[in-house]
Amino acid sequence: MKKILSAFLISTAILFTTGCGAEEDDANVVIVYNWGEYIDPEMLEQFEEETGIRVIYDEFETNETMYPKVEIGAAEYDVVCPSDYMISKMIQNDLLMELDFERLPNAKQNIGTQYWQQSEGFDPGNRYSVPYCWGTVGILYNKTMVDEPITSWAQLWDEKYRDEILMQDSVRDAFMVAEKIYGYSMNTLDEKELSAAKDALIAQKPLVQAYVIDQVRDKMIGGEAAIGVIYSGEAIYTKYENSDLEYVIPEEGTNVWIDSWVILKNAPHKENAEKFIDFMCRSDVALKNFEYITYSTPNEAAKALIEDEEIRNSPIAFPDLTQYDNLETYIYLGEEGDTLYNELWKEVKSY
Amino acid sequence: MPKTADFTKKIYVALIFIFLYAPIATLIVLSFNASKTRAKWGGFTMQWYVSLMQDETILDALGTTLLIALLSAFIAAIIGTVACIAMSGMKKKTRAVFMGVTNIPMLNADIVTGISLMLLFISLGLRFGFGTILLSHITFNIPYVILSVYPRMKQLNPSVYEAALDLGASPLTAFFRVTLPDLMPGILSGFLMAFTMSLDDFIITHFTKGSGINTLSTKIYTELRKGIKPEMYALSTIIFVTVLVLLILVNITPDKASKEKKNL
Repeated sequence: MKKILSAFLISTAILFTTGCGAEEDDANVVIVYNWGEYIDPEMLEQFEEETGIRVIYDEFETNETMYPKVEIGAAEYDVVCPSDYMISKMIQNDLLMELDFERLPNAKQNIGTQYWQQSEGFDPGNRYSVPYCWGTVGILYNKTMVDEPITSWAQLWDEKYRDEILMQDSVRDAFMVAEKIYGYSMNTLDEKELSAAKDALIAQKPLVQAYVIDQVRDKMIGGEAAIGVIYSGEAIYTKYENSDLEYVIPEEGTNVWIDSWVILKNAPHKENAEKFIDFMCRSDVALKNFEYITYSTPNEAAKALIEDEEIRNSPIAFPDLTQYDNLETYIYLGEEGDTLYNELWKEVKSY
Repeated sequence: MPKTADFTKKIYVALIFIFLYAPIATLIVLSFNASKTRAKWGGFTMQWYVSLMQDETILDALGTTLLIALLSAFIAAIIGTVACIAMSGMKKKTRAVFMGVTNIPMLNADIVTGISLMLLFISLGLRFGFGTILLSHITFNIPYVILSVYPRMKQLNPSVYEAALDLGASPLTAFFRVTLPDLMPGILSGFLMAFTMSLDDFIITHFTKGSGINTLSTKIYTELRKGIKPEMYALSTIIFVTVLVLLILVNITPDKASKEKKNL
């Protein structure tokens, strides 16, 4: 009896002490909520050393799992790094704090103009977000398995490549491909355009080997498919593993995605949050992060510091966005828009 | 004829085992793969196990996971056993109602349990962190303990307990010297079941954890976008072996106990 009782008391004691341990957090900290594997851990240490601010670091895996936690306020966060369309949703729902760029000198100075312009799509006036990573969506193909260079989304409908095609298993990315072929906007809500895109996807279905997300990377490296829709950040890595692979931004244009830092409206440590974001925009820090994450950095000063010329001038990592006039970025379509897309996608998948 | 039937039986069993264990075997093989991608075999290596041991965030998560699993299983075992004792003294109808109520969290989808716990903790004004994870793990572990202790309870012979009372033991002594040892195998297997459930859980932990604290499953999940690091294959291999050992233990304990009884 005594044993069990004492064990119980000890365990409740542990519960209480650890519970109380969290209370002292109000001191000099910043709470960051970022994508998994999306920062060089050494940079967090360096930030702590230089500023004396302790970083409480937390990670999420999709925008959709991050959002409810932030919206309900279950756990407190200061800085979050959502993607483009999620930022527009958070702006609409009044979750974000307007940034004071006087306090973010590095951000103002180092982030390239074209990225600020691209951000206007989801953050008009660039009031809430500071770009952190970006990339394009394009086609990865195996040079030894195709007859001619791939240049267009339409080639994903070519009968020749039956069972050699990998599509992204996500609503917006799949519809984007079909919409771009017709020259529609990838944020369209027009019913005629959407049903045309849906029909195209259904017509393509027999040719598709699989709808996948991160397996595109492994399948392409292993030569299991000839053509796949992929994010540019992944493409750099796959090319390194298998030199037969080539990445291309299709001529019809594509999605330019941006993940940006934002500060939450109810953030408990706003000043520290500003310091954190500005630190991440410093050229040496951004360079370290780029080398760790390998996704393109919008930080021009950091790009200039990249030693390897091949990477610095890589058309995959740093394509010249001005060459394309049909690039877009996703915006939040509203609840009705989301439902509409999901319904159509369900029809495609179950056809 | 019986020979072919035997043969088909064996093939059937073999197929079931292949389907069950092929994915796990793949993962174990990959944990020794020197190349980062699953598409290429880069030679045998132990490097992922080494770098796993040096990765502080993963080890932190492992520590949290084990601590929560142990504590929650232990506390759930106590609460569950007490609940079983109380239920055995109830009328049949009340007992059926109680049994039904304790089963609900088990049948409920994890995401519903997770979100409702999160909302409850918010309305109580609790700070999200270790404590909230522990509380929610205890909550979903209790039904598993009850499920494995209660059948044991029904097998007990009440006369033994009464005999102890007749021989001068106080009710408390009688409980600890007679009833509890008899219940122990059930409690133990309930504890182990609760332990593995807690080890496994992702979705409830995701909703009830605060910032900066991770269990293994939430940690692994965050790596989905950039591709899961091979260190995780190594860790999963270790966990699989651990759980396997635990399950073997669970399955051996009742056997032993019943054998001992026969010998008596």
